[in-house]
Amino acid sequence: MRHLALSLLLFVGLAHADYYAERRAALMEELVYYAQLARDSGDGAFSDAVMATMATVERHEFVPSSEKRLAYENRPLPIGHGQTISQPYIVALMTDLIEPDAGDIVLEIGTGSAYQAAILAELVEHVYTIEIVAPLFQSASERLKRLGYDNVTTRLGDGYFGWEKHAPFDAIVVTAAASHVPPPLINQLRPGGRMVIPVGGRFMTQQLLLIEKTEQDEIITKQIAAVRFVPLTGEH
Amino acid sequence: MSAAAIGYEILLMRVLSIVQWHHFAYMIISLALLGYGASGTFIALLRTQLEQRFEIAFAVSALSFSVAMLVCFIVGQRVPFNALEIIWDWREFVHLSLIYVIFFVPFFFAACCIGLAFTCRRDDISRIYFFDLAGAGLGAVLIIVVLFAVFPQNAILVLVALAVVASALVGLASGARKSLATLQLAWLVFIVFGLPEQWLTLRLSEYKGLSQAMQVVDARTLSALSSPLGLLTVVDSPTVPFRHAPGLSLGTRHVPPEQLAVFTDGDSISAITRYDGNLDKLAYLDDVTAALPYRLLDSPRVLVLGAGAGTDVLLALRNGTSHVDAVELNPQMTELVRETYADFSGHLYEDPRVSVHTREARGFVMQTDGHYDLIQIGLLDSFGASGAGVQALNESYLYTVEGLQAYVERLEAGGILSITRWLKLPPRDGLKLFATAVEALRRAGVERPDQRLAMIRSWNTSTLLVKNGEFSAADIATIREFARARSLDTAYFPGIAASEANRFNLLEQASLHDGAVAFLGGDAEEFFRRYKFHIEPATDDQPYFFHFFKWASFREVIDLRKRGGAGLIEWGYLILVATLAQAVLAGLVLILMPLAHIKRTWPAGTGGPMGSYFFLLGLAFLFVEIAFIQKFILFLSHPLYSVAVVLSGFLVFAGIGSAMSARLTRRAPVTTVTAVIAAITLAYVFLLPVVFQRFIGLADTAKIAMSIVLIAPLAFCMGMPFPLGLKRLADRAPDFIPWAWGINGFASVLSAALATLMAIEFGFSVVLVTALLFYVGAAILIQQFNETAGD
Repeated sequence: MRHLALSLLLFVGLAHADYYAERRAALMEELVYYAQLARDSGDGAFSDAVMATMATVERHEFVPSSEKRLAYENRPLPIGHGQTISQPYIVALMTDLIEPDAGDIVLEIGTGSAYQAAILAELVEHVYTIEIVAPLFQSASERLKRLGYDNVTTRLGDGYFGWEKHAPFDAIVVTAAASHVPPPLINQLRPGGRMVIPVGGRFMTQQLLLIEKTEQDEIITKQIAAVRFVPLTGEH
Repeated sequence: MSAAAIGYEILLMRVLSIVQWHHFAYMIISLALLGYGASGTFIALLRTQLEQRFEIAFAVSALSFSVAMLVCFIVGQRVPFNALEIIWDWREFVHLSLIYVIFFVPFFFAACCIGLAFTCRRDDISRIYFFDLAGAGLGAVLIIVVLFAVFPQNAILVLVALAVVASALVGLASGARKSLATLQLAWLVFIVFGLPEQWLTLRLSEYKGLSQAMQVVDARTLSALSSPLGLLTVVDSPTVPFRHAPGLSLGTRHVPPEQLAVFTDGDSISAITRYDGNLDKLAYLDDVTAALPYRLLDSPRVLVLGAGAGTDVLLALRNGTSHVDAVELNPQMTELVRETYADFSGHLYEDPRVSVHTREARGFVMQTDGHYDLIQIGLLDSFGASGAGVQALNESYLYTVEGLQAYVERLEAGGILSITRWLKLPPRDGLKLFATAVEALRRAGVERPDQRLAMIRSWNTSTLLVKNGEFSAADIATIREFARARSLDTAYFPGIAASEANRFNLLEQASLHDGAVAFLGGDAEEFFRRYKFHIEPATDDQPYFFHFFKWASFREVIDLRKRGGAGLIEWGYLILVATLAQAVLAGLVLILMPLAHIKRTWPAGTGGPMGSYFFLLGLAFLFVEIAFIQKFILFLSHPLYSVAVVLSGFLVFAGIGSAMSARLTRRAPVTTVTAVIAAITLAYVFLLPVVFQRFIGLADTAKIAMSIVLIAPLAFCMGMPFPLGLKRLADRAPDFIPWAWGINGFASVLSAALATLMAIEFGFSVVLVTALLFYVGAAILIQQFNETAGD
């Protein structure tokens, strides 16, 4: 009887694993399709490394149990406390924009579910991430530990002044809303580094701000539309 | 009953605007009003039984209304509806529908009472209609007064008590008065002694700015003030300070000082900045886009429109202003800065250089004799609200062509109008504003508007300058240098080269610059046509600055949502269209289909003409009322005055008209009355703008009195066709009365959404003219009925 129960449990577990793997594969197909559309319209496409990571990290581990069945939908999901886990397409786009390298040290402001941190952790050397909502910080830290991401360090507190101790950073990802870009963060960006900030309300990111610091310490910012309208040809 | 019902409607609008967003409030209320239509159907189906026990039925309905108001208020807020997820998850439609059903219930009971009175007391139709309308008029004023005194969650108790009183009054005359009295008393005792306070607490969506701010470690609410103008919540966040500074340059070396955030209805943020008289601590203000005009002026006399919690006033003081007139609509906002947090704000509003005026911005400008070197309009709405297009239904006279003309007229020679807006991608607000300014200057007869305009942008704001005079070479050099030093981009200034428009904050397309050049160069029409959003200037007749939706782009935007394009959807307009569609559908299912199944016992030739008659009356009455509320906002310089004066004026005088209609002779009146209505409406289309222009300088009380005088004759006549029609039915087809009530209710539900949609597309004058045509149509229909009935 005990054996039977154990086998059943194992079977259910495997079935679940298969289920999520299948859903993840379907999501990847969708992302590849949209990336191709983006390429066709001249927006470039996601690098192979980014796509491979998106295919590896288990998004269902980063959402509340009530949302697990939607984990591989290409949409943002609520994670409680008024926060969301970003749309996979946006996560891929943001990750791609900072051009991550294996030796990079990255700062993230706004840990949230820690999904973005996990994606980055697969691609870079170390991720430092700061969260201002205590329960989210708690759950994200535990989750990262459980999943074995030992190259991510979390902290609870104010992200405005960055994390001076570990600066400069090769890249900074800001996911918390702000009325302006904190100047200390720009100071903590290494020359040649990139910072990316999604702009817009929860559930509806509509543009990304990309800030590049040149080797000569000059700041260049670019407004990136997540999507581009088809140019009008005049007959509309 | 009527007072409590309209009070509940206004209260729900307020509450839903706080806990959700106001466009959903609009949708929910519109459908909840279906209760009115459905009650007609209900009465028609059970007429015989209800008529025999009128008093009991009325008293039970009224008591049920009282109970339902409270229960639905509590339960409705507990539905886990997330408006923001609606494009992603079909379950949100289920939640939304559930909210409709919940709020449908109280309105159904309220309408049953009034419908029962019409049906069962046919001899007194005119008097009943008078009390219905007058009660509604007084109810509107009552709830506004109550909302000034208490929080919305407590205001509901006043309405609950009103409905119990109505139930008791009618119940006394019934055969079951003892049982009824016991129930009424038990309910009252529960409310006074047994109702847990936390049941009434408002539950804000966790995605509103206030909810999010409260999630931050150590954030706490310091105080809250409530009025019909909004719920103001002051939040302190000592561990992770607010640092609210939109438009701040990326290159700044300064950090904003300590701030308290003031949230309006849980969202739009305005910051009270700590100020101790030392202007050096406000150095960050030098690096926002709104600081540009101060580089072009010397000790300017400044007018700040929409002062909020005082940031733009601080900006003026930091830049050596000689005097600031700060205009703010909400007196409680001023109270926070002037009294509650006077020490924190450094007694900013008591500074001898600052005069604070509690007025509506446009009204202040039209009434003042003063001239200014700088008129500044800052950011008062949140990027989130602005970004999702939820303000599309908000009429705003602040950013219309006529508005900009009025501001420029109040400028000294060489003075500057400066307006800052959020910058979205693709740009919307900034472009529409530029087009509006070009049109305003052209209408004012300026030959070279291109010499008087300039615009700069940061990554999330744009600031437009309109000069009363031409920008000099020195001005242009200053603008260039201001922008360059702060890594801001210039979108336009006289003589700008395309290469100067996209240097620091790179856009794929420099749309702001391209638009500015097109508008000034005469290619405006082509640019408007090709642009993916609606950016034609708003006018006083179509004051929808925030309406950016375009059907031509709709399909594309929906397709783009999976690729991060969800933020491009302009919600407000879509919600309006959806409201209309759902109202039609729900009206058919809940009102017309059940009615179609009952046995028709009225004479042939009644249904068609009289059904259409009451349908047109329902549409026309609200069309006129809504158009007047909008038009009088400008004259009375305050949206609340306008709602209160126009709504109660219309209802009370229409009520008197209804009462007087009982004395009219039988044959001629409807045609005569509608002819008078049509004549007055037509006259007002042309007359009102002239009257407003001429008398806007009068004192408020005089203007209110004048408004009532203007409304009275029209409303008096508009109160007559409904009871006159009902009287015809009472004589010849009494079974059709519940039908008439239901159809009229259905039309009212449609009219609110339809009138707004028409105003957005064609303007308020067209709404008024359409109402006029509806009245003429109604007159023809009743004539047909008379002839068929052999009158």
